[in-house]
Amino acid sequence: MAEILRVEDLTKYFATKKGTLHAVDGVSFRVEESKTLGIVGESGCGKSTLGRVILHLHERTGGRIIFQGQDISNVTAAQLKELRKDMQIIFQDPYASLNPRMSIGDIIAEPLKIYKLYPSKEERQKKVRETMDVVGLAERTYSLYPHELDGGRRQRVGIARALILNPKLVVCDEPVSALDVSIQAQILNLMMELQRERNLTYLFITHNLSVVKHISDDITVMYLGQMVEKAGASEIFAHQYHPYTKALISAIPQPKYNAPDQQIILKGEITSPINVTRSCRFAPRCVYAKPECFEQEPQLEEVSKDHFVKCHFVREINGL
Amino acid sequence: MAESILEVRNLEIRYVTDEETVCAVNDISFSLEKGESIGLVGETGAGKTTTALGIMGLVPDPPGEIVGGSVLFEGQNLLRMPEKNLREIRGGKISMIFQDPMTSLNPVMTVGEQIAEVVLLHSKMSKGEARKKAMEMLEQVGIPGGRCDDYPHQFSGGMKQRVMIAIALACSPELLIADEPTTALDVTIQAQVLELMRNLKQEYGTSLILITHDLGVVAKICDKVAVVYAGEIIEYGTLKDIYTDKRHPYTIGLFDSLPDIENESAELKVIQGMVPDPSCLPEGCKFHPRCPYAEEGCKHGRMEPVSVSETHMVRCGRFRGGEV
Repeated sequence: MAEILRVEDLTKYFATKKGTLHAVDGVSFRVEESKTLGIVGESGCGKSTLGRVILHLHERTGGRIIFQGQDISNVTAAQLKELRKDMQIIFQDPYASLNPRMSIGDIIAEPLKIYKLYPSKEERQKKVRETMDVVGLAERTYSLYPHELDGGRRQRVGIARALILNPKLVVCDEPVSALDVSIQAQILNLMMELQRERNLTYLFITHNLSVVKHISDDITVMYLGQMVEKAGASEIFAHQYHPYTKALISAIPQPKYNAPDQQIILKGEITSPINVTRSCRFAPRCVYAKPECFEQEPQLEEVSKDHFVKCHFVREINGL
Repeated sequence: MAESILEVRNLEIRYVTDEETVCAVNDISFSLEKGESIGLVGETGAGKTTTALGIMGLVPDPPGEIVGGSVLFEGQNLLRMPEKNLREIRGGKISMIFQDPMTSLNPVMTVGEQIAEVVLLHSKMSKGEARKKAMEMLEQVGIPGGRCDDYPHQFSGGMKQRVMIAIALACSPELLIADEPTTALDVTIQAQVLELMRNLKQEYGTSLILITHDLGVVAKICDKVAVVYAGEIIEYGTLKDIYTDKRHPYTIGLFDSLPDIENESAELKVIQGMVPDPSCLPEGCKFHPRCPYAEEGCKHGRMEPVSVSETHMVRCGRFRGGEV
């Protein structure tokens, strides 16, 4: 299958008063066309920053981004504008990401205006109505304003706006986190259906592990700006090798009566990403940590086929 | 039967404005025994939080209005109680953990002062003793007592939620109402907070009302479950009843729409349509416009609760007439 996106050793540092904040630190992966890569992690692990750096919403500090075989790490503003037709984003908060003073029709039509795709108003409206139909927005919402819609419909507007230019890659930054479960299921089904129809590639960023398992082909788990584990979606839920992934997956409360309690309770909280040292970043919270973990940073290694783990003692811990 | 600490009967709450009347809570009844915990589950706008505010006597009035029903706490009707007595109970015998720890703490008071404030109000301790108590409470929830002079912004989200729990538990309440206590937290931190709440429940025998939309969290700490839809309890039973023998089409739909991490399925089952607007609720069964089993009889009249077993109640026309 054709590769659509590859990032190599991507880094993004922010300068703060207290020092350098390592938001994304040496992330590499590749995504194939019409697949979904799920990026999971807790608040502050750099998953949103990663998505934004790929879209040039933040400029990267180092590394390379290759999109459709072309190095887009350094692009001019004009090139970027062209690129954005193929790379779109769906934001987390459907309440904050729509302009309250524009009608739904205008919001969805805006990308068309920016790219001057359908010069005549009638054609533009027709295209907008078509797209609204695709995402399941009723005709009558065309002239309504965002505050008149509920969360699920607003998120459909966000999806319509992202899809109207027929992008190839869509970065979905927590698209269902603000929605109720019954609505969440509707939106997830819609996104998967659209993916099949239009060969979309998704970078699906979320903290919700059950959602990510449902929608992704591959999953990478991030901790403090780094990838700690990467594998196929079913593989990672069947075998977690990194101690952090183990804890993360065991912490999901199961909606079942008398679910077996094998929860691993982690000590403490995510440590600061400012001025990190050359060590395993998870070591302070890890039950298996040894002195070596605090001195040397582990490398991402392939433990079994297409299953990568960043841990010094992965073989010992898992008896591999 | 053990003594019941709280009995809510036919509670009805409305928000009345010039434009519309929102029927937020329609006929909610449940009871809670000492040391027991109940989960109120439902989606946004189902009336879960309004129910809790109703019990606490905190429904903003106007526009809120408690139209009917009673809330018996240790045999006394809270709805009839003068404000002065209510204030003694609030924070003392009944306390509440609010959803958003970031906005429910006072940013210009240290967390120690905020815990001590409750203690001073409800007991005859001196300021020094109250401060000591505050430090003790912080230790209880896993925060070093030495941090009691820190301000809320110096804590992370999970720690702020623990401070909220410390405030709520400072006077060893008989009843704790927790409104989405872990929704704003990451899963690993959520696991820590739930573990803490479960331990405290065992240690102090506190009764708990947990309001949440997360069926996984309920399975972890509740004994009983009430599924709320459009201001009504549409199914009520023990944890086992609801999780292994669910009857109401909405409850079934709610469970089915969750992605299951143990099984693979291509498509999620969805409940068609949207939660009804509480300012114009449908007649008859409130769920009938979205229900795959709806019949003519569901569209009119009042849907009365039907008992499935001694502990299990469901509000659905399909179970009328006893054939369950």
